Amino acid sequence: MQLPIYLDYSATTPVDPRVAEKMSECLTLEANFGNPASRSHMFGWKAEEAVEIARRQVADLIHCDPREIVWTSGATEADNLAIKGAAHFYSKKGKHIITSKIEHKAVLDSCRQLEREGYEVSYLDPDPSGLTSPEAVAAAIRPDTILVSLMHVNNEIGVINDIEAIGKLTREKGIIFHVDAAQSTGKQDIDLHSLQVDLMSLTAHKIYGPKGIGALYVRRKPRVRIEAQIHGGGHERGMRSGTLATHQIVGMGEAYRIAAAEMHAENDRILALRERLLQGLQDIEEVYVNGDIDHRVSGNLNISFNFVEGESLMMALRDLALSSGSACTSASLEPSYVLRALGLSDELAHSSLRISIGRFTTAEEIDYAVGKIREAVAKLRELSPLWDMYKDGVDLDQVKWAAH
Amino acid sequence: MAYSDKVLDHYENPRNVGKLDDTDKNVGTGMVGAPACGDVMRLQIRVNDDGVIEDAKFKTYGCGSAIASSSLLTEWVKGRSLEEATQIKNTDIVEELALPPVKIHCSVLAEDAIKAAIEDIKQKRES
Repeated sequence: MQLPIYLDYSATTPVDPRVAEKMSECLTLEANFGNPASRSHMFGWKAEEAVEIARRQVADLIHCDPREIVWTSGATEADNLAIKGAAHFYSKKGKHIITSKIEHKAVLDSCRQLEREGYEVSYLDPDPSGLTSPEAVAAAIRPDTILVSLMHVNNEIGVINDIEAIGKLTREKGIIFHVDAAQSTGKQDIDLHSLQVDLMSLTAHKIYGPKGIGALYVRRKPRVRIEAQIHGGGHERGMRSGTLATHQIVGMGEAYRIAAAEMHAENDRILALRERLLQGLQDIEEVYVNGDIDHRVSGNLNISFNFVEGESLMMALRDLALSSGSACTSASLEPSYVLRALGLSDELAHSSLRISIGRFTTAEEIDYAVGKIREAVAKLRELSPLWDMYKDGVDLDQVKWAAH
Repeated sequence: MAYSDKVLDHYENPRNVGKLDDTDKNVGTGMVGAPACGDVMRLQIRVNDDGVIEDAKFKTYGCGSAIASSSLLTEWVKGRSLEEATQIKNTDIVEELALPPVKIHCSVLAEDAIKAAIEDIKQKRES
C-alpha cells in the first residue's frame, strides 16, 4: 500500500491508463495531431474522425444523439454556456431563473452575473437531506421563468436529485431545464431519450478522463437554443468556437466508453467499500452522516465528527488525501455553504470530512483510513474543550460564546 | 497548507493538555472563541500567593495553528508573574510559530485567552 492514500475522487480522478494510451496517440508528428477543422488533407480528416468517434462514445453513455454534444473546456464552461447562453437567448420570454443554494460555484456565479444583467434568480433551499424536491421547484415557477438549473449529484454530499420528475415539470411549462451532471456521469444511469432534460453539463476528469475537457449536451428535439459565449471560427455549430483539442476529446471519449462498459460492476465494488468505511466509523460517538445516505452516489461519504475541527483532523490525517467542509481549508472563513444550506450548525460543518472513493481504492486502504480516522478523532477530542463540556453535560447551545 | 516545524511539533506533542479545578480560588480560566467560528480555547493557570503562575493547562478546539498557539502559550506563561504574562503579545506567537497571515487570528485568540485567564483570577482574588 502506497502512502498517502487518495480519497478525494470527487475533486478529481487519475486518468485511467487506457485513456492515457489513447490520448498519447494524438500528439506527435507520427500520430493523429491534425486540426479536426482542416478539411483539405488527411491529417484533418483523421483528427475529425477521432473527434467524432469520441462524440459518439460520450453520447452513448448518456443515450443521446452525438450531434447534441458540444465540446467545452470542462463543466464550468458548460455551466456558463448553458445558463448564460439560454438566459440570453430566451430573455424576451422572461428573466426569471430557478436554481438551488447548493449548486456548484460555476452555476451560482453564472446566476449572479445574470442578476447583474437584470435577471431575477430564485435560490431554493434543499431539504435537510440535501435534495431539491420537484414540489419546491413547482412552487418557485413563475410565468416569467425561463430556466431551471439543478445539479444531478451534489459534489460535496453526493446526493442524487430526481431530475426525471423535475424534467416533467419544466417540460410541461415550457421551461428550459439545465442539469450539471459533472458528478453523476459514469456513476448513475442517464438516459436522455427518456429524461426531459434540455441542457446537461459534462466533464471528463471526474471519471478517469483528462482535465480541461468537457461538453454541453444541447437537446435537438424539442430544439433548445443557446447564445454562444465564446466567439471565433464557428466550431461546434457556432455554439463554441475554438480549435478542438483532439487528444483531450479522445481521452474523454475513451473514459466515457469505459464508464459505459464498467459502471455497474464498479459501482457495486465502490459501494461495498463505502459500507466498509461507514461501518468502521459509525459507532464513534457523536458522528453524523451529512446528506441522504440512500439517494447518494456510491463513492461519496460526507461525515461530521462533532467537537473536532476539520482542519486539525486533516492535519492528523496527512497520510489520507481528502477534503473538509471546514473554513480553514479554503480561502474564505465561512464553513461549507452546502452543509450550512442543509441546516447544519457551523460546528458540525467545521467538523466534516468528505471522503470519496473510486476506481483504484482498495479494501486495505479503507481499513487503514478507518484506523487513522478513529485514532485522530480520539486524540483531538482529548484536546477539545467542547468534548469536555459535552461529557460534563453542558448544553453548548446555551453557552454564551464570545464570537470573534 | 504547509505548516512550520514548530506548529507540527506542538500539534503532534501538545504541551500541558488538561484541565485545572475551576472552583480553586488560585485557578484562573480563560475561555475564548466560539464553536461557530471554528476555534475555542480554554486556558487555565494556577497562581501562587506571590502572583507567579505555577501551572498552566489548555484544551483547544480548532485548527493546528490554534492548537499550537495555545500549547506554546502554556509553556511560556509557566514561571512568569501575572504582570509578565500580560506582556505576551500575539506577534510573539506569530514569530515563534512562523504563522502565515491567514492564521494570525489563532495567535490573537491565544493572547485573548491568557488575558481572560488573568482577568478571571484577579476577579476571584478581589471578591
